[in-house]
Amino acid sequence: MAAAEGEDTRASLTPGQLAWRQLRKNQFAMAGGTILCLLYLMAIFADFLAPYRVDLQRRELFYHPPTAIAWHDPAGHFSLRPYALGTRRNADRDLVPDPTVRGPIRFLVSGYSYRLFGIIPLNVHLFGSDERTPVFLLGTDSLGRDVFSRLLRGSQISLSVGLIAIAITFSLGLSVGGISGYYGGLVDNLLMRLCEILMSVPSFYLLLALAAVLPPSLSPQLTYLLIIAILSFVGWAGLARVIRGIALSAREREYVEAARALGIGDMKIIRRHILPNTFTYAIVAATLSVPGYILGEAGLSFLGLGIREPMPSWGNMLAAAQNLEVLTKYTWILAPGYFIFVTVMAFNFLGDGLRDALDPKLRR
Amino acid sequence: MARFFLQRLSHIVPLLIGISFIAFAVMQLAPGDFLTALTQDPRMSPELIAAMRSEYGLDRPWYVQYFLWLGNALRLNFGYSLAYHVPVVTLIGQRLWNTFILSFCAMLFSWSLAIPLGIMAAVRRNTLPDRAVSIFAFAGISFPGFFLALLLMVFAQQTGRFPVGGMQSATAELLSPWERFLDLLHHLALPVLVLGTAGLAGIMRQMRGSLLDTLRENYITAARARGLPERAVILKHASRNAINPLITVFGYSLAGLLSGAALVENVMGWPGLGRLILEAVQSKDLYLVMGSFVMSAVLLLVGNLIADLLLAATDPRIKFGH
Repeated sequence: MAAAEGEDTRASLTPGQLAWRQLRKNQFAMAGGTILCLLYLMAIFADFLAPYRVDLQRRELFYHPPTAIAWHDPAGHFSLRPYALGTRRNADRDLVPDPTVRGPIRFLVSGYSYRLFGIIPLNVHLFGSDERTPVFLLGTDSLGRDVFSRLLRGSQISLSVGLIAIAITFSLGLSVGGISGYYGGLVDNLLMRLCEILMSVPSFYLLLALAAVLPPSLSPQLTYLLIIAILSFVGWAGLARVIRGIALSAREREYVEAARALGIGDMKIIRRHILPNTFTYAIVAATLSVPGYILGEAGLSFLGLGIREPMPSWGNMLAAAQNLEVLTKYTWILAPGYFIFVTVMAFNFLGDGLRDALDPKLRR
Repeated sequence: MARFFLQRLSHIVPLLIGISFIAFAVMQLAPGDFLTALTQDPRMSPELIAAMRSEYGLDRPWYVQYFLWLGNALRLNFGYSLAYHVPVVTLIGQRLWNTFILSFCAMLFSWSLAIPLGIMAAVRRNTLPDRAVSIFAFAGISFPGFFLALLLMVFAQQTGRFPVGGMQSATAELLSPWERFLDLLHHLALPVLVLGTAGLAGIMRQMRGSLLDTLRENYITAARARGLPERAVILKHASRNAINPLITVFGYSLAGLLSGAALVENVMGWPGLGRLILEAVQSKDLYLVMGSFVMSAVLLLVGNLIADLLLAATDPRIKFGH
């Protein structure tokens, strides 16, 4: 009886609801989705969460280890307010925690001013502390800049690169694939040869070459845009080929023929009747290819060819870790690497779950 | 078969011409040429630089430059490197071989681990080992290659068990061939681990999926009904058939493999083609860049061709020429 009822509700669900139900059952996908929401929230509120300006250098505090936090006030009593421990340089000139110096960590303090969402002027920060006992949650780099603050700002760069690049790639891939598949013939032939040329060279070779010709004199903002353009340029060909395949079979359908008989324009037919067939594939492919762009940006920036200082990105922050002696001694500068890993993994989990949920053929 | 082979070969040539044109266009995008850097040198007079520019052919219009290069390249003359003054082919040959060794070993590593692990995951579907292998696979796909390379280099530095970067020891010249081979393996270990891990996970998941599909086939039920031991059913009947679709994966994965190799080469100091391209682009060594691009495409296209031939050899349903 219960089973029969289950069948009934199932029959009345839309494909979208069915997919959502399937997706919710997948713990990995849900975990991935949750982590991504958190990461993107973190990027949006980066300035609020960051205690220091990204370019604030405290040269005397270079390679400061992550600040030790104590739950005892200077008198030694337990306190709910956390205290940041000061540091001193030991015989090796490395900074070590100094339990005799401690300063309170305050919440919702005023600090440097910024614009939330790029509009609302604010200077409130989640936490801050006294000048003498700075809070570096993830330590500082070689110039005494706060790794945590830079990591947050870097997340804006690294996470947006993937999304913007995927948006461009998909607009290109869908248009070229749709046009190619719908028209066929000479147009199809030319566009597909172009795709094949782009696909016949390993993509990272092309990325390397294109990024390496960007003149060093460009501003970091322009470089950021050009890196996105390069990543999209290298990525669209594979997608266009698959979309073309789907479009090729979709144009033989009766409803397309009907639309043509009604005298609807070609572009509208492609947009309204051909491309919707590819959306399931496109959503899954998009989710699964965002990591490629994030890794591409990180790899290029790591090699010094991508996002440029002083703009922080997860990749160029890791570039500072290329000196092995520095790296083995000050391991906290590896933090962005773990963030890349978690982000990419979350996208993969979500994408994999979406594929299972959206593709009825795979439902087992 | 031979006809198909020739057909594919004839298809490759226009692609290579297209690639060379893209490489040329990329180099034209950047301001200046190879000699621009030399104008900073006070010992070089402007007249000398102008003379060199005309000697290298860099003063001609871009289309003349390109078609001169193309004409020579079609006769297999790829010109000289502007920076090293040796034939481009000589420079690329060594690097191409190094990239091939690295990629080939990484491929061996990932396939020889991925197939057994994939079989195990499929046979013990939804058990703890299967889950563990799946999570490992996701982690493997998601771990940034250059980050893994970095961590492994720290490991090499701290333990001293492995060389940090490079392809051979400084004393390699003095070693016997056998010792030199061991030295090479020693240097290969970490780069192969980085590059192999990236591919491992994908192949493993494909193998698992493919074997699960195969296990539902009627001939598997038939084999079981004949009373064959489960081990024989899995290994002899199911796995062999399940590997077939993976040959397509092999073709697709080549591009990723070579891309990954380019990154590993640059991070871990492996003197391969990916590193050569970066050096050449940065010094605006025009003919070297174009030659390297063409060679990287040859590597990829020949790999894809081999994958197609393998597929044909293993699957009699595939016929050529249609």
